[in-house]
Amino acid sequence: MDASVSFVLNGKPQTVVTDPDRSLLEVLREDLHLTGTKFGCGEGQCRACTVLAGGECVPSCLTSIGDVDGMEIVTIEGVAGADALHPVQEAFLAEGAFQCGYCTAGMIMGVVGVLKKNPHASESEVLSELQKHICRCGSYAKYLKAVRGVLAQHT
Amino acid sequence: MKPKSAGIPQPHDSQLDYDELIERAGYDFGLSRRSFFKTLGAGLLITVSLPAMAQESGSRARGDFFGSGARTLGARIHLGTDGSITVLAGKVDGGQGARTELSQAAAEELRVPVSRLQMLLADTGAAPDDGMTAGSRTTPGTVPGVRQGAAAARELLILFACQQWRTTRPHVKVLDGKAVETAGKRSLTYADLAKSDDAPKLFRQSISPDVELTPVKDWKVLGTPVLRPNARDIVVGAYQYPSDIARPGMLYGKILRPPAFGATLTDIDPAPARAMQDVIVVHDDQFVAVAAPNTTAAENALAAIAKTAKWSAAQPQPSSGELFDYLRQNAGEGLENPFAHEFGGAKTVRQTYHVPYIQHAPLEPRAAVAEWNNGQLTVWTGSQNPFGTRRELAQAFHLPENRVRVVIPDFGAAFGGKHTAECAVEAARLAQGAGKPVSLRWTREEEFTWAYFRPAAVIEAQASLDARGRIDTWHFININSGPNAVDTPYAIGKTQCRFLRSKPPLRHGSYRALAATANNFAREVFMDELAAAAGADPLDFRLAHLENPRLREVLLKATEAFNWRRHVNLTDASVSVGLACGTEKGSFVAACAEIEINRGQNTIKVRRVCQAFECGAILNPENLHFQNQGAILMGLGAALREEIQFADGKILNASFGKYRVPRFDDVPDLDIQLVDRPDLPSAGAGETPIIAIAPAIANAVFRATGKSVRAMPIRP
Repeated sequence: MDASVSFVLNGKPQTVVTDPDRSLLEVLREDLHLTGTKFGCGEGQCRACTVLAGGECVPSCLTSIGDVDGMEIVTIEGVAGADALHPVQEAFLAEGAFQCGYCTAGMIMGVVGVLKKNPHASESEVLSELQKHICRCGSYAKYLKAVRGVLAQHT
Repeated sequence: MKPKSAGIPQPHDSQLDYDELIERAGYDFGLSRRSFFKTLGAGLLITVSLPAMAQESGSRARGDFFGSGARTLGARIHLGTDGSITVLAGKVDGGQGARTELSQAAAEELRVPVSRLQMLLADTGAAPDDGMTAGSRTTPGTVPGVRQGAAAARELLILFACQQWRTTRPHVKVLDGKAVETAGKRSLTYADLAKSDDAPKLFRQSISPDVELTPVKDWKVLGTPVLRPNARDIVVGAYQYPSDIARPGMLYGKILRPPAFGATLTDIDPAPARAMQDVIVVHDDQFVAVAAPNTTAAENALAAIAKTAKWSAAQPQPSSGELFDYLRQNAGEGLENPFAHEFGGAKTVRQTYHVPYIQHAPLEPRAAVAEWNNGQLTVWTGSQNPFGTRRELAQAFHLPENRVRVVIPDFGAAFGGKHTAECAVEAARLAQGAGKPVSLRWTREEEFTWAYFRPAAVIEAQASLDARGRIDTWHFININSGPNAVDTPYAIGKTQCRFLRSKPPLRHGSYRALAATANNFAREVFMDELAAAAGADPLDFRLAHLENPRLREVLLKATEAFNWRRHVNLTDASVSVGLACGTEKGSFVAACAEIEINRGQNTIKVRRVCQAFECGAILNPENLHFQNQGAILMGLGAALREEIQFADGKILNASFGKYRVPRFDDVPDLDIQLVDRPDLPSAGAGETPIIAIAPAIANAVFRATGKSVRAMPIRP
């Protein structure tokens, strides 16, 4: 049975009428055409699908659309300001911190999520979140450099 | 396969041989022929050149691997009358940096900044067939091809200026995309050339291989750390990967997979899915698939009919537990050591090495969007083989190739794993049945199960040492995994190095560096065993057998930067160091690793890696650095943990939860030493940097424990 689900998506109210068991990832990508959030595994193991739900980093592949009713959701498309990239995006871009780039949106969301909760988060706090993410190209050392660049701005 | 003699192997031959081993999915969907509707795809710009289709029909002289290249200048470079510059290449970018390096190559020769041009990659409706993106061939093959095309266009601009100004070449030079008079104020642009009456004829000419290229010493764009041109789109989530492509009215597909390899469908009732709203079922012999307006609806429909499916039992098949015995038992003739009768009283060492099946596991699983229009098929997919994908589609649907267009957006990695077109063919069959575009994205489980694997290997090595502790005879046999880098780069009197085919229980195929990783692992671990038998330091032992100056240089560079001589004396039972080197596809690598063994948990932590790498003149140091970092991490995963487990035709660890790949906490301190050789042609670098890390780790374990390492993954 379809259900009506209302939530705030990237700062704007959004309502979808759909099977509430569908994943948030699927609805974002297939119904709302926000494809910046990626499918990597469907089991919460790679976190390419990371979004912020109520300010928390969540794997959108394991989050049912029915469960986000009333929540605030932020995806990679909603991170940048009107005129400028988010500092985390800026840092990843400046470092060229990706190879294929498929995990990048998830990584950026992971860092954004940690810093949103604690703007003075330590490197180890950020890394304990990013430990959940997989980059198969092995760009981790570059990601770390980008993260350090961001953290340096906050100290 | 011919036995190979010692020396540096011919990578191209072995690559070709090996790629043929990949079994194609072999779909065949008979279709009535439809009228040909010639159409140029979106993305083509206003050009002065021939329409792209003109170059299409006709045979590829050298087959998929090399491609035919650009037959005309217009097939390589499109100059717009609006000043746009489009460079076309048949290569793909799965994160290895082809887009960046090819853009640099064109910009260098056209004398424009990279930002001034568009690089159109791997659209078979527009780009020339530059062969597969494999075998580290983009750098030595396509970069020169693009440079020649761009230099030829620059030459045309100079000649055009000479004509217009009634002057001669010494009075014209090209700066920042314009021909300028050295002693005057006049200038002409590429757009002016595009508007000239002669342009169509000039761009129909073939590209002369003798056109003058910019010498390395004058490079301004090549050799510099240019970033990826579409980087900004990636960090804002706007870049569309193959799995992100959407077409009007598009459905989402799911394929019914057998419960085990070799199982055959004997009966199925599609009615429960057909009864569902907006669901399409395609049942074509063994091919059963559904398409629905969203993925969950497709999954539900598939589940409803999967319950009704009846399968014939698969034939008994070997499991991973008996894999290596099975491969050895099914190996071809030629295991005997021809030097055995010469051993006399010499010291000999013999060892057998095992390398399991592993998966590429690119983060973006196979994905394809297929759309039929008036008998013309267009497929967007992630593949390393655009023209091969077109051919597979044409064969599956009995179409002429010029009715199939394949577009490869930059995609979420491959590592040698995306040479085949099964996902594209499946999407196309579904789209045909649905009468609408269909997007098919494989699940992670499908990617782990139905994509081909890196081949498992059994490697037999035997060597004898003379009285002075030098290797005297060398016998080295790779069973099943391939001939790449099977030959030893060391100077040894008598060698026999061979690849023997076996009967692979799993469908296997290419992988980053192919069998070079397995062969170099076994060889370099064996070298440490021989060094120990000779009572020599591993570095000294290698140097005593190493004449190749390029391999010596990287070995010395890595060991100096790592401070091998000091660290080798600090080894104890838990902290240890190891080294390894090797060469493949014209590039050279050496790595030193420092590891820590946790005896309680029986784990190995790689703390520090120093790797030196040389591949001729460096095209982009940043990208080269990346390729080394990435290859070390990927190699570390296979060295320490990755191993496909299977039984009864089923993969038992087909998920990232059960198949652990490297994560942040695996990253060692990385010191990468790039050796630039502007005096040498550039070789590709996406593969060879992976071949030294596993044996370096294994040799550190051997040093710490005194126990021979005989297999990947390495156990302490």
